Amino acid sequence: MDKESDSDPTVGAVLGRRELLSGTATLLLGVPAAHAGTIFGELPWWPNAGDPPTAVGPGPWLFFNSAEGAAIEALADRIIPPDPQTPGGKDAGCAIFLDRQLAGPYGRQEGLYVRGPFQTGEKSQGPQSEAGPAQKYREALAALDRACQSRQGGKSFAELSTDAQDAVLAGLESGEFKLDGVDGQAFFDQAIKDLQMGFFADPIYGGNRDMVAWKMIGYPGARYNYLDWVKRHNERFPLPPVSITGRAEWTPKS
Amino acid sequence: MARSLPKKDVVIIGLGWTGSILAHELTNAGLDVVALERGPWRDAPTDFPPSTMQDELRYRVRHELFLRPDQTTFTFRNKLSQTALPIRSWGAFMPPNGVGGGGVHWNAETWRFLPSDFVLKTHLTQRYGAAFLPKDMTIQDWGVTYDDLEPHYDRFEYLCGTSGTAGNLQGKLQEGGNPFEGARSRPYPTPAQSQPYSHTLFAKAARELGYKPFPQPSGNLSKSYTNPLGVRLGPCTYCGFCEWFGCANYSKASPQTTLLPVLIRKSNFALRDNSEVVRINTDASGKRAKSVTFVDTSGTEWEQPADLVILAAFSVFNVQMLLHSKIGQPYDPVGNTGVVGRNFTHQTISTANGFFDHNKFNFNPFIASGSIGMCIDEFNGDNFDHGPHGFVGGGYVGQVQTGARPIESTLTPPGTPKWGAAWKRAVRDNYLSTVKPGTGVHGSFYAYRDVYLDLDPTYQDRFGRPLMRMTIDLHDNEVKQNRFLTDKFAEVIKAMGAEQVVKQYRTAPYDVTQYQTTHLNGGAIMGTDPKTSVLNRYLQSWDVSNLFVLGASAFPQNAGYNPTGTVAALAFWAAEAIRTRYLKSPGPLVDA
Repeated sequence: MDKESDSDPTVGAVLGRRELLSGTATLLLGVPAAHAGTIFGELPWWPNAGDPPTAVGPGPWLFFNSAEGAAIEALADRIIPPDPQTPGGKDAGCAIFLDRQLAGPYGRQEGLYVRGPFQTGEKSQGPQSEAGPAQKYREALAALDRACQSRQGGKSFAELSTDAQDAVLAGLESGEFKLDGVDGQAFFDQAIKDLQMGFFADPIYGGNRDMVAWKMIGYPGARYNYLDWVKRHNERFPLPPVSITGRAEWTPKS
Repeated sequence: MARSLPKKDVVIIGLGWTGSILAHELTNAGLDVVALERGPWRDAPTDFPPSTMQDELRYRVRHELFLRPDQTTFTFRNKLSQTALPIRSWGAFMPPNGVGGGGVHWNAETWRFLPSDFVLKTHLTQRYGAAFLPKDMTIQDWGVTYDDLEPHYDRFEYLCGTSGTAGNLQGKLQEGGNPFEGARSRPYPTPAQSQPYSHTLFAKAARELGYKPFPQPSGNLSKSYTNPLGVRLGPCTYCGFCEWFGCANYSKASPQTTLLPVLIRKSNFALRDNSEVVRINTDASGKRAKSVTFVDTSGTEWEQPADLVILAAFSVFNVQMLLHSKIGQPYDPVGNTGVVGRNFTHQTISTANGFFDHNKFNFNPFIASGSIGMCIDEFNGDNFDHGPHGFVGGGYVGQVQTGARPIESTLTPPGTPKWGAAWKRAVRDNYLSTVKPGTGVHGSFYAYRDVYLDLDPTYQDRFGRPLMRMTIDLHDNEVKQNRFLTDKFAEVIKAMGAEQVVKQYRTAPYDVTQYQTTHLNGGAIMGTDPKTSVLNRYLQSWDVSNLFVLGASAFPQNAGYNPTGTVAALAFWAAEAIRTRYLKSPGPLVDA
């Protein structure tokens, strides 16, 4: 199988279908250890490689402190307000989604290019900030509560009425409601993006609980075969959504 | 000090489409071949199985299958007068990484370029006169013709099982195909894919406007197919998770689904993954490559000697490798000297989204494939008279919507707030009745004196080497071309019955945060003159004759089509030249 194994000094014992060129593994972004290796003879395969990503569980905040968590839940419910048919961002789990994302690789800018020097450039050159999303949220949420407390009778953002919250957010969006030391407009823009992302991502990441967002828009989820449907034009697809982990009905209640 | 490995006949840098094709051809010729791949092994059972690959957050938003910018990235600026800054997170394009390369996560749109695209400078000059072209435009003829490449396009399509409707069979126009395409020697190996609702509506509207719509040639197969190597692909199930994703269904043509199962089993082939080549080493004369140096995951350096070096990394990384290896003269746009880095191009992309009455239209937009679509080619290349319009180039336009993954496909009509109850209602009401063609306008990007690649003076990669610097902007010619095409496209979307059509023109400056396809081209271009090209017509380095450089880096400029069909045809063309000519008498195949 391996014509190289006798002559190549770097290849030791045959390790199944794959040989390690060098024994030291590096861990890349939570993906299984990436070893340099030699592949020959047969297509590599290993068991359980196709397991789903670990599902986000309920429980305490992993990234936010309690004040930040309250503010994000309030934000989630103003960006995606509850209505009679579909829960709002908070009950859909969007704050949990963002908490888990910020506690993970996304929050730390893992895998991105973060070498200096850091200089401000043209808009067309893209973000050049040294701070990652986790640090930016921390600073912005603190600044938001400070601003609300000083301008709204000592109340934090989460303590305001929903109308007052909407007014603050409209001010952030237009740039009229300024935050101390933080670009409030950019922060709110990012919060909209991240929380709406949590609403539409697979429920495995903590948002879109019970696939409420997918039910709302008519998206059938992680299905894999529409062969029978590609030529059925202008008909509503009748099946309910499924997540990567299936449907609640498919899992026996314990 | 690098540890030396036993010499091989051939070392291939990168195992994507072109590396796999060359490895297959050269092992068939009896050569002992090793491929070095920077990224990991990838395949459906290990990396994107059908149980979990429908994950928009993981693959699309967080870029699971792509190169990480901390491994290497580029610096970018629009103009020579600016300071280039690093691309810290991918935006305008998505560099591939790992076995299969971009062939894993491409859409599988499998086009041929027009015959006139290969003789562009000659053709345009003859038809419009040299004065019609912008002064700083540096387009060139390729040195190969469509007729040279036709058998090689055919080989790639039959390797992949490409699904489509021929428009020109041996010179005879065919109903339902693209009447503008070059003559093909035989039909597509499999019939065109079935089209979802909005795609058929586009075709109907286009026909009523006098155009000749045809199905986009697709590497997502309409039926099961066994290729000439005996490797089998299954029919596409229109799951809507294609581009950005790997196909878990063995339905999308990729090195994994067409070549690797055969290649890996050959006794004269081995692959080293997670092994990044950092330079090609030449002998004292500088005219002969003797080895490559690569680094494994522990940081250990190895030297792999070989008689023949095939540089088959992703296009811009080929250019980077030449610059780091000091092979060829780097291009200087000020003095207009040198060649490596010259004629760097991208693709001029835009779209128009259509909002339809949700009480009348339900598109089920999540039902699609990566290369689904109905297109028209009336405005591509030189298929129309450019005289009155004051620009050159063009592109296909079409309803090529590849799915409706909800993070990216929950559009709202103009005037809708970005958040709150009104936003939520608008998302609910529009998701199933919006046409979002993605890259609906797929225009050419011609070459200019001040659009180029070189090494950055400031920023470095993790090995301490300079990052490559991209200087790129959209020129007036491309902006005019895009405005013309986008307007034509929007007319068809309107004629489909859209209540509102939102045009998204491509405008200057080129913005590195906006996705514009991963079709980066040029920088190590082919041609007939070593003063204006890096490679001869067989993709052989003018400077180092035992080095061939594959990929879209060889395109002198980009046409109005997706590049992979042409990239692969050039790979088969180069492989044939190596097998039938180079191996008999190693040395330059064209006298400089």
